[in-house]
Amino acid sequence: MDTALLIEKSILVLLLFLVSLGAAAYMTYFERKLAAWIQDRVGPDRAGPFGILQPIADGVKMFLKEDFIPAKADKWLFIIGPGIAMFTALITSAVIPWGPKLHLFGRDITLQVADINIGILYVFGVISIGVYGIMIGGWASNNKYSLYGAIRASSQMISYELAMGVSAITIVLLSGSLSLNDIVAQQSGVWNIVYQPVAFLIFFICALAELNRAPFDLPECESELVGGYHTEYSSMKLGLYLFAEYTSMFVSSAIMSILFFGGYNFPGMSHFSGNTLAILGIAAFAIKIFLFIFVIMWIRWTIPRFRFDQLMHLGWKSLLPLSLINLLVTGLVIAFKNGWF
Amino acid sequence: MESLTNRKKVVSDKPMTLWEKAYLPAIISGMITTMRHMFRKRKTIKYPEETREFAPIYRGQHVLKRDEQGRENCTACGLCAVACPAEAITMTSAERQRGEEHLYREEKYAATYEINMLRCIFCGLCEEACPKEAIFLTDRLVPTYFERDNFTYGKDKLVETLDERIDITKRQHTGKRTQL
Repeated sequence: MDTALLIEKSILVLLLFLVSLGAAAYMTYFERKLAAWIQDRVGPDRAGPFGILQPIADGVKMFLKEDFIPAKADKWLFIIGPGIAMFTALITSAVIPWGPKLHLFGRDITLQVADINIGILYVFGVISIGVYGIMIGGWASNNKYSLYGAIRASSQMISYELAMGVSAITIVLLSGSLSLNDIVAQQSGVWNIVYQPVAFLIFFICALAELNRAPFDLPECESELVGGYHTEYSSMKLGLYLFAEYTSMFVSSAIMSILFFGGYNFPGMSHFSGNTLAILGIAAFAIKIFLFIFVIMWIRWTIPRFRFDQLMHLGWKSLLPLSLINLLVTGLVIAFKNGWF
Repeated sequence: MESLTNRKKVVSDKPMTLWEKAYLPAIISGMITTMRHMFRKRKTIKYPEETREFAPIYRGQHVLKRDEQGRENCTACGLCAVACPAEAITMTSAERQRGEEHLYREEKYAATYEINMLRCIFCGLCEEACPKEAIFLTDRLVPTYFERDNFTYGKDKLVETLDERIDITKRQHTGKRTQL
């Protein structure tokens, strides 16, 4: 193997790792600030100017807390649980194209760790593994609340993965490729949201459910399940769970911008080229991700939690039929355009 | 029946229309509401740096007043102790000796005067009962401690010092009393 390629990819992987961790850390800060603003408060403002050192203080606090494992818990599964959650949250970002090609040291550097031709399938596969972290953690805690949280997480995952998958298939139909790179490249003119607003809506709602974010945060709903699946967790194990949630929020915002909002494409792209284009593309992508994160948080601090039966009704009776109809219509239109009738 | 207030709302259980069932319009209107709140003025008072303004009738730590010549007003009549619903006030009286006229205004004075701040409910009845304009509640806070032993305030903490007179004009201007 080409040594330079190996170095290049290693640097990219390391960078991605740091960026997603840093983003997750500062998302906790931003979320607290946003919650405060919505509630007419100021939010954290003691650690550093405007409280910007708050995530670091929180991280240090998490590490210094007592790491407690309940006596009746399954010790190994208890430790593996948060690890799986964090691992799956991090590896999803491997197939995301972060920007156009960079030209550095006489090489073309693709800003994507792995350009696999089934990118979408990989993403969905990894996201589905993510629920194992929650499931194993909830089971190993040997606590009824945790188990309830875990069961809710997995049933929610099953119900919403379907509608999410179907709306993703619509995008695949439209672009004719499973590779995320191709999907982004095809949106250089018109973004997919123009053709597929319904699919986007379904995908977005399902993404909220997959992320266990409000209004679908039933796996950890404080008002009935104490802490849900992480009731028994403390110290950095709890930190990993919370971190994983924010990391997956970051990654799924990236995926939503890729599938529906043109990834690193931005209007007036043709006026630029080379490294300027690459940097502007990365910036555009970052802005889109930030906007998605903002909307997700905004929703969380607006809408109360769904009841469990309402959640199931919405998933199976509304979103799934709607996404199937959308898929059918899209298929018919594409067939018509290709002159199959 | 005629309603007493205009806050009455008629409850109806008519089924939701398709527009209402779609949820999204309601959700979006809710999000607009929260967005408006994001740009409102913050209600937070950043405590150590800024403190909340006290109301003019705020009832905090007591003060035993002196008159214009620096003599203690209190004559140890005990009306405050009788009025106190929490039984927080105790005192012993003593007779003024010759040569002490500059210290005490009348012939009798309080040798000791103690208020148990843990019993006190800051109702202000002592102030209302006092015929000599001697005891007032002020806008000062009683500081907190982890131990219970320092909460019986004696004359050393209650009587105002000559060089640091406690301003009680705010309470006297509430219309209840006239200036001496």
